[in-house]
Amino acid sequence: MSQLNLVIMVCLGYVLFLFLVAFFAERAAAQGRAGWLRSPIVYTLSLSIYCTAWTFYGAVGNAARSGLEYLTIYIGPTIVMFGWWWLLRKLVRIGRTQRITSLADLVSARFGKSNALAIGLTILAVIGTTPYIALQLQSVTQSFEVFAVAEFGERDENSAQTGFWVALGLGLFTVLFGTRNLDVNERHHGVVMAIAVEAVVKLAALLAVGIFVVWGLAGGLTETLARIDASQLGQWEVRPGRWSGLILLAAAAFMCLPRMFQVLVVENEDEGHLRTASWAFPLYLMLMSLFVVPIAVLGLETMPEGANPDMFVLSVPLSQGQNGLAIFSFLGGFSSATSMVIVAAIALSTMVSNHIVMPIWLYSTGSGASFSGDVRDVVILARRLSILGVLFLGYLYYRVSGGGTALTTIGLVSFAGITQVLPVLLGGIFWRGATRVGALSGLAVGSVIWLYTSFLPSIGSNLAFFEALQSDGLWGISWLRTGALFGIEGIDPILHTLLWSLSLSTITFLIVSLITFPSPLERLQGAQFVHIFQHTAGPRGWSAGKAQSEDLMVMAQRILGAREAVALFEREARLQGATGSLPETTPEFLERLERELSGSVGAATAHAMVGQIVGGMQVSVHDLMAVADETAQMMEYSSKLEAQSDELTRTARKLREANAKLTRLSVQKDAFLSQISHELRTPMTSVRAFSEILRDTSGLSQEDHTRYASIIHDEAIRLTRLLDDLLDLSVLENGQVTLNRCDGLLYELLDRAVATAQGGGGMQDLEIIRTKSNENVRLSTDLDRLTQVFINLIGNARKYCDGDPPKMWIRVSRVANEVILEFADNGSGIASESRELVFEKFARVADQKAGGAGLGLAICRQIVRSLGGEIRYVSSDAGAVFQMNLPVTLRLSQ
Amino acid sequence: MTNLEPRNGSLQREPLFLERETYRRRRLMDAAGLLPFVVVFLFCIPLLWPRGDDGPAVSVVIFYIFGIWLVMAIVTAIVSMRLRDTTRNLQDDLTGNMQE
Repeated sequence: MSQLNLVIMVCLGYVLFLFLVAFFAERAAAQGRAGWLRSPIVYTLSLSIYCTAWTFYGAVGNAARSGLEYLTIYIGPTIVMFGWWWLLRKLVRIGRTQRITSLADLVSARFGKSNALAIGLTILAVIGTTPYIALQLQSVTQSFEVFAVAEFGERDENSAQTGFWVALGLGLFTVLFGTRNLDVNERHHGVVMAIAVEAVVKLAALLAVGIFVVWGLAGGLTETLARIDASQLGQWEVRPGRWSGLILLAAAAFMCLPRMFQVLVVENEDEGHLRTASWAFPLYLMLMSLFVVPIAVLGLETMPEGANPDMFVLSVPLSQGQNGLAIFSFLGGFSSATSMVIVAAIALSTMVSNHIVMPIWLYSTGSGASFSGDVRDVVILARRLSILGVLFLGYLYYRVSGGGTALTTIGLVSFAGITQVLPVLLGGIFWRGATRVGALSGLAVGSVIWLYTSFLPSIGSNLAFFEALQSDGLWGISWLRTGALFGIEGIDPILHTLLWSLSLSTITFLIVSLITFPSPLERLQGAQFVHIFQHTAGPRGWSAGKAQSEDLMVMAQRILGAREAVALFEREARLQGATGSLPETTPEFLERLERELSGSVGAATAHAMVGQIVGGMQVSVHDLMAVADETAQMMEYSSKLEAQSDELTRTARKLREANAKLTRLSVQKDAFLSQISHELRTPMTSVRAFSEILRDTSGLSQEDHTRYASIIHDEAIRLTRLLDDLLDLSVLENGQVTLNRCDGLLYELLDRAVATAQGGGGMQDLEIIRTKSNENVRLSTDLDRLTQVFINLIGNARKYCDGDPPKMWIRVSRVANEVILEFADNGSGIASESRELVFEKFARVADQKAGGAGLGLAICRQIVRSLGGEIRYVSSDAGAVFQMNLPVTLRLSQ
Repeated sequence: MTNLEPRNGSLQREPLFLERETYRRRRLMDAAGLLPFVVVFLFCIPLLWPRGDDGPAVSVVIFYIFGIWLVMAIVTAIVSMRLRDTTRNLQDDLTGNMQE
């Protein structure tokens, strides 16, 4: 078997192996045994699609041409990975919470689900990726050629055909595994597993070649280093501009390339995987670049003049007769090329079908938003056609560009193209003020400059038209020359493109964002994207999609109530002809369920809830805004209810208070009635008893007769006084008293009161101490009533004061329009528990000297109140003290 | 420090522990944020070196670049791992407290 045929056989066998890997990974994932597919190592290895055939072959070529500059392509992504905390973490979180399917989806979602932006980005991504796919085809073709040259000593004329067959084979693989399932989350276990295996193969192949070169060819590490220093690469000759510019370019491309976004964000299973990848992927890149310089140096030494340095990885082992190693190395390059093409095709086809084909299809069929089952078929077909289309475009570019340009240059053109997304992407996730119009204009400016200065010249510098552009500029304007915009010459071409496109697009983006105004949807999305870590508590898992019915049931029970929910679900299951109690989640069922739920929670909320559980229907911002609206209405309603309930509480409290007052009054009335009947009954009893004696007893002496009659008379007087007092009190309490105002001096009143009170015998004498100079106050009030109060107070002291000898001090002082009178005695005063009661009706402090009915002080209080004053008992150390405030002039209005 | 607090025991000491844990976690976050800048600085240092015949041999540059590459990968690995550990511990503590 010839060498070339062996290579083809091995290649086919390897492809078959990858098919099997992808197939079994898919099956494991479908059976739910995908645990090992979700390890952080698989994630890290899948990131290695960054290392394409360009890096596998081209890095050595690059090193042979320009020394250590090739490292920049690896250092850029390394910095991004080390800085995962800033950017990748946020991107991944946004991707997971917003269910982002592609780079174009992310940007369009951020800027208010703008379709124009998505289409523009998709077109840019297709244009930017096409050269890259062509590059992979070219490298595979070239590597076949190396074997052909080694065997036949000449170039194979059918190299274009090889490229075609490779493109077709890759298309087949991608269609098979990339569009097997229309997963909501766009996750492809089979493909990811296959590219993880390929990542291992390409690293192992490159390391094997490197180890062979260092220890097999050069004769050890020190020898190799010595040869490196002695070679034409032996001097440190880096150009600072290119060094930093290319690092920036590679870092930007790492984030913006559609295929990198696919594996970094879309295929990410767990945010925690980023932690592992943050150090493991830089290590992978380091190992990939470790042996590049030795291979380049030894290749330059051993290979004949004019050999393509891009193929040293293959041609060096082949020239040393290491055919096995060469084939292994070929497999490494083949892996790099295929994995990149597959993922890029998937990423681009998702964009093309979601953002270009589907909108057009929906528009053309006029079915609008009424999704039915056959849409899935349309989507899958669109994806498949897009994959084939993208690969065909790559092949076309490969044919047109002639396949002769150095690998590195094509790669850089592609990088620079997709880098135009960077300002919009970063602005979108870090700056809330970025607007859709700003993003569109920034993107447009950057793309146009890139197309003009980089992409067009790369297609064909041989064509006369492009040559004219390069030397004379568009329309003959010299400062529009493709290689020297604004007449500034001498900049490295790729730096030239990067400088002008990035700076002008960023400036346009910023300025237009500042002067335009975003729509509400944009602002909402902007807030959610920029503050993603405040909105999401933690990484959420994707809904499994298996226990949907059960989940719906649980939710429905919560909203409708257990019995109703069960009944509803059973009815639906019967309608579907199912035996169990859980129906299938068909669109019809979901629609009915949603309608049922919307009766309880509102249409938008129901839609959002069902959408969240089923997952297939994304919760759009419109839904959320409707939810917010409903919530606002409900809050308003509930605050009204709250206000009403507060009012009810207040009313109830007032009613309770009124009720308590009434109850208290009723108790008082009962007490009053029983008191009064008691007071009336006592004298009546003795009147009846003595009158019976007078009537029934014969032979009563004249003396007894007189005594009994006088007792009856006394009791009758007491009854009359009691009734007088009651009447008096009642009149006073009802406020019906007519006050008789006249002028008089206070000491005259007191004189009269003392004289009256001291008169009447049968009681102890009371010494009254007055300060007459203070009593010269002219009062204008009802003098008779006031005197009654004084008499009562002095009389009480005469009755109850137990001082020895009993004394009373009457003190008068004047404050503004009031006169303050104090009646203090030297008795033992009133016990503290009785003080509250002394002004109440029938309140008698001591029973032993029950001289009155206990209405005196109650009457006093009523009189003083009706005279506009106040009387109170003041606690003091010695004796009882009654204090009285009285206005000097009674106001009749009272 | 805990020795200075006489006894009113676990109630006082536990929040303190949590605070320290939160503090460490925040500083680890800072470290994670700082890493890319350190890396950029280190990778730009070779630009300051003289070029051509006066400059260092390429083998020296290779040793320098791959050396810091490896060291920074190890540092990042340590920071990332500890960030994960403290996050887990913090969550365990919180849930544990709630169960108690």
